Amino acid sequence: MSVLATIAQATETGALTAAELKNNAAASGAGLAYGLAAIGPGIGIGYLVGQSVQAMARQPEAAGTVRTTMFLGIAFTEALALIGFVVFILLKFA
Amino acid sequence: MFGLEYPSIQLLVEWPEFFNQGAWYGFNKITLINVLAVVLTACIFLIGNKKSLVPHGMRNLAESAVDFLDKGVLQQAIGHGGEKYLPYVAAIFFYVFFGNIFEVIPTFQMPGNARMATPIFLGVMTLVFFVAVGLKHQGPKYFINACFPPGVPKALYLLVAPIEFLSTFIVRPFSLAVRLFANMLAGHILIVTFAVLTAALWGLSLSLVIVPFSFFMLVAMTGFEIMVSFLQAYVFAILAAVYIGGAMHPEH
Repeated sequence: MSVLATIAQATETGALTAAELKNNAAASGAGLAYGLAAIGPGIGIGYLVGQSVQAMARQPEAAGTVRTTMFLGIAFTEALALIGFVVFILLKFA
Repeated sequence: MFGLEYPSIQLLVEWPEFFNQGAWYGFNKITLINVLAVVLTACIFLIGNKKSLVPHGMRNLAESAVDFLDKGVLQQAIGHGGEKYLPYVAAIFFYVFFGNIFEVIPTFQMPGNARMATPIFLGVMTLVFFVAVGLKHQGPKYFINACFPPGVPKALYLLVAPIEFLSTFIVRPFSLAVRLFANMLAGHILIVTFAVLTAALWGLSLSLVIVPFSFFMLVAMTGFEIMVSFLQAYVFAILAAVYIGGAMHPEH
């Protein structure tokens, strides 16, 4: 919030140019975008791996299949967080 | 912040060409890494191809890697009949792995897959490959089977068919590419962050390097990135195998 406060204050005094304003907004937006994008996949991967470990402990002979499926699930879940990371890169640097 | 000068993103991922800057035959570090990855992949195939009954030396490594891909990836993801596509999946796996592992090799310190060009090419190549496999096994009906999964009420096909088409032919190569690219770029930026921090603290005083554990984190992250580069190659190979397996048999 302090970034936004600085921006608000600076615009009133006219100290920031439009480009600097855009950079500041993009930087705070980028941080928010990645932080929000990490919540869902974090919960998802935790749940997924926990359930997989439980499945492997209950049925050790199926561990190979469970592990393969687990990695597949992780790959799909993780994609959301990674798209958030790409958005972060695009906002911050592009 | 804190007197740290963090390098810009251009400095981290854009490399100058070795000679004749800007010429059409420009050859920079990324190109060198890609060429080395191709050569190493070819080496694995050549070593594994030697005609002697008892494997020894490097051939043990090549054979156990290919055996792992056969047992751990293809048999799990495709099942019987998947061995035919082992060469493609193995080539993808080794190429991605060697491209990634240059992230932690001194003097390179840059994953070849942290530029979007390589992953998007691999993703589109996989798309072309699994569409070709689908056409070979199911004929032109492959596109209908892919877009109209069975067991859905007729009216819902209006909604389901476009979604299935998008997710199969557009999102698949894109997500394959973005997953690899973003993972490697994130790892690269992470390592650079701790390296910059360590170097800045080293400049201040030697004991400061040890105290805030930034050097320890740098070492730990390097180990973590070795694991990530293997895991990303594994995930890319297994997803390619799953897509090929899905194209071989229609859903039912």
